[in-house]
Amino acid sequence: MIDAKRRILLKGSLAAGSIGIAAGAGLLTPGRVLAEWNETAFRAKDIPTALSSLMGADDAEISDKIKIKAPDIAENGAVVPITVETDLEGVTSIAIIASGNQTPLIASFELSPIALPFVATRIKMAKTADVVAVVKAGDTLYKNAKNVKVTIGGCGG
Amino acid sequence: MPDIKIRAKLRGDETTVKCLMSHPMETGLRKDSKTGELVPAHFIQEVVGKYKDQVVMTASWSGGVSKNPYLSFKFKGGAVGDPIEIAWTDNKGESSSASDTIS
Repeated sequence: MIDAKRRILLKGSLAAGSIGIAAGAGLLTPGRVLAEWNETAFRAKDIPTALSSLMGADDAEISDKIKIKAPDIAENGAVVPITVETDLEGVTSIAIIASGNQTPLIASFELSPIALPFVATRIKMAKTADVVAVVKAGDTLYKNAKNVKVTIGGCGG
Repeated sequence: MPDIKIRAKLRGDETTVKCLMSHPMETGLRKDSKTGELVPAHFIQEVVGKYKDQVVMTASWSGGVSKNPYLSFKFKGGAVGDPIEIAWTDNKGESSSASDTIS
């Protein structure tokens, strides 16, 4: 009798568990809701995979015309202010990558023709690493990087 | 408290838009310190910035953007009193929007 109840309880929790997994899987397919969100790029564990999915090429030409404003030392990796600005012409998108994060691609910005090539936000950094800004101007990808020392990682654990 | 705070300022012939959104921005990788269980992912995936119903900037984000996100962008043109709209959608399909005028 006791054993039978135990079975029922087990079955119940297993069922609840699988519902949880199904709901989780549902959340992992946001394509239904948002057509534009690039799941492959944002879930990529390495930069070339993220870049080729996002920008159509896995590397970019280094350009010092891209200015990255970020602290040299971030005491709190949970909030690292980043500004990316460039005087390259014909910029259509800007991406921000934290190369030390588990999923390095943080943000991508599509700019309309009236938008100026400037974006600022605050990002999480797991550890000391390069912040890479990738800029698409015309058909060419350019990038620049700035190292940020992180005293306390910001991805929780 | 409003979900999104917007400030848009015209300087010369450029408008700078700054905004703050209230959102937990959970990556889905963080563990709850008490239960040890993973906190489910809950983050803004898309932010659209509009000037007079015209899309100026579309941001796509991962959970790597900090909690209560800050975003700033600039565009050419704009006039005092013109409307700016910011709208976000997160991975749960929740959304919010707010508008303000250029000052």
